[in-house]
Amino acid sequence: MLHTFVAYVEDLPGVLTRVASLFRRLNININSLTVGRSERVGLSRLTLVCEASAEAGHRIRASLYKLENVVDVDDIAQAPSVTRELALIKIAATPRNRSGIFELVEVFRARIVDLAPESLTIEMTGVESKIEGLIQVLNEGEERILEICRSGKMTMRRGHHTSSVLKAMGADADQAAEEPTEDSAAGEPE
Amino acid sequence: MGSDANTHASNNPPARLTGAEIVWATLVGEGVTDVFGYPGGAILPVYDALRKFPIHHVLVRHEQGAAHMADGYARASGKVGVAIATSGPGATNLVTGIATAMLDSIPIVCITGNVSSKVLGTDAFQEVDITGITLPVTKHNFLISRTEEIAPAIRYAFQIAQTGRPGPVLVDITKDAQQGTAIFDFAAAKPRPHRPHPMLNVEEHGLAQAVELIRNAKRPVILAGHGVIESGAEEQVRALAERAQIPVALTLLGLGGFPASHPLNLGMMGMHGEAWVNHAIQEADLLIACGMRFDDRVTGTISTYATKAKKIHIEVDPAEVNKNIKVDVALIGDLRTVLEELLPRISSGHGGRDGSAWIKTIESSKGAVAVRDIKNLPDSGHLYAAHVIHDIWRITGGNAILVTDVGQHQMWAAQYYHHERPRTLITSGGLGTMGFALPAAIGAKFACPDREVWVIAGDGGFQMTAAELSTIAQEGIKINIAIINNGYLGMVRQWQEFFYERNYEATPLVSPDFVKLADAHGIAGRRVQTRSEVASAVEEARSAPGTFLLNFMVEKEDSVYPMIPAGSSLHEMIRRPEKDPLMET
Repeated sequence: MLHTFVAYVEDLPGVLTRVASLFRRLNININSLTVGRSERVGLSRLTLVCEASAEAGHRIRASLYKLENVVDVDDIAQAPSVTRELALIKIAATPRNRSGIFELVEVFRARIVDLAPESLTIEMTGVESKIEGLIQVLNEGEERILEICRSGKMTMRRGHHTSSVLKAMGADADQAAEEPTEDSAAGEPE
Repeated sequence: MGSDANTHASNNPPARLTGAEIVWATLVGEGVTDVFGYPGGAILPVYDALRKFPIHHVLVRHEQGAAHMADGYARASGKVGVAIATSGPGATNLVTGIATAMLDSIPIVCITGNVSSKVLGTDAFQEVDITGITLPVTKHNFLISRTEEIAPAIRYAFQIAQTGRPGPVLVDITKDAQQGTAIFDFAAAKPRPHRPHPMLNVEEHGLAQAVELIRNAKRPVILAGHGVIESGAEEQVRALAERAQIPVALTLLGLGGFPASHPLNLGMMGMHGEAWVNHAIQEADLLIACGMRFDDRVTGTISTYATKAKKIHIEVDPAEVNKNIKVDVALIGDLRTVLEELLPRISSGHGGRDGSAWIKTIESSKGAVAVRDIKNLPDSGHLYAAHVIHDIWRITGGNAILVTDVGQHQMWAAQYYHHERPRTLITSGGLGTMGFALPAAIGAKFACPDREVWVIAGDGGFQMTAAELSTIAQEGIKINIAIINNGYLGMVRQWQEFFYERNYEATPLVSPDFVKLADAHGIAGRRVQTRSEVASAVEEARSAPGTFLLNFMVEKEDSVYPMIPAGSSLHEMIRRPEKDPLMET
């Protein structure tokens, strides 16, 4: 079955290797992995999707916790949750055949984020099946897909869910607002 | 550990030290008195600072030996063992020893030098990505490139190594970090309090279920593993066994966790366990697994393992629960703590069952196969390893620390040396590392200088790390070495005999004259060829002032019986052929 793990990990060099190495050791392929900053200072949040037996979930979660830099692990399993993926799709398109794509983008509630004389780029956010749907329609049409870039899944439980581990860590999330890290104080290079 | 040293270090006012000095000062603060290592370019600043600190450094002959010595030190003492090596080949030579410690959950800290941080990642001379290499075989590792990070990293490493399920930690320190200076404040370098694994779980419900299962069991068996010793739960396991009258089977690494002479001790389980032990497990209606992980050498085929039994698993590592064997009740926590919670709920006696009937059934199944008194067998002129190990046990009164290598002699040592107390058998169980015995024994001797230490090694494994004889000579320590010399890589030969039609490919082994080899190191020795000489030889070794090597020329094609072939069920064992003079030992 498909497992989705959401983990908070320390934002340090090599931590992602440790996480990835665990799955390599278990001979489990990672279907998708997204990592980014979380609401907590010094902690990154990752969503990892992999295919493994139903029983493997417990052991993977337990093994992730054994990594010194892993702070919290949630096995989303079948719990109610919101899952999104971002896709950028570049298509060979000229002014002559763009209009069909525009219509498609409208139907799929996607956006055009780049328009060039011979290509355009669609940005789409949604669940996996919706993105697959758009790609399929594009493939069936006359347009030629040049590039696809997908973020992998990001998942968040529905409702007011906070893990006991994060709760035990207390006010860190509040501190995040009050005490900006050196990095964020320096500002994001935009 | 080392509270005096702790006080000493923390009483010193914070001072500016070099990184190299900080390494030693932190080790002193952690209570370290002995380290095992080998110098080299990238760790030279650390070695240069050694003379200022009250730590004894043992110069090894190969870094693998350093890791095994740290490991043997930890297994014998329960404290953290420390190994030191330089970058590149020095660091990679540690890897086998680190993996050995990882598989057996042994707390060691390895400190390696690395090239200067400015050239990290440039393939500089003797540069290797040792944190990358050791990532899967350490509990955790650190790459330290700033002087002020050294003390916190080493202190954190000591904490990680000893807490939860113990294991090895590596701290890789760049040369410039060793050469730089920083304020050393031992107290301030203290790590955050240990965060227990969030999935530890000992709930009222589980305890009640366990009590109920124990009360209702008619044929219960306790499976005692290494966790009994690591957790210091010997008394609690014994109390459980005695109170509820439950027989105890031990894993290889559990030997010593429950007294061999105890009437409820069944002996070692698994691939080379006695027939009645495995039979009892297969017939049991309840298994209480204490600090063991249902390793494949213990279970045989999982699908046929103890199918009639409910299973209670008391284990500190949540990742081990339901990994190999599905259990009915999991009490995930420190074994000793869990048993202390469980014990007051266990009523004494057999509960509702006729417990004595179960124990009698096991006793009667011993009859046919238990010929433990091999000393009563007539001297047929053959010298068997069993005789040697039995005599060493008899003559030492079981009071020695026995350090084995890996192979047939290891199993014979498990079968014929009866361990009464924890930390008296030091052996590489999980990784099965040949070459472990000699260096691990050196480490054990430094941990317990007043104890009698015996190496039991095969002629194959001994040659893997025989260079450490020089270390023994240089340190002037006293160890007794028994080489079980059968001219083969015996365990592999045995598998070839059983499963590869006696095709003895690459197992016949030419060895040096081990007595002469010892002599070349200034170490006395004796060659033993007959059974009648064994006792006097063992006595001679014991009474010799220094290290003594005994080269026992044993029966060449003897095998370890009984044996459950890998991938077979626990009850499908190969028994000793009847014509053999050592029938059913």
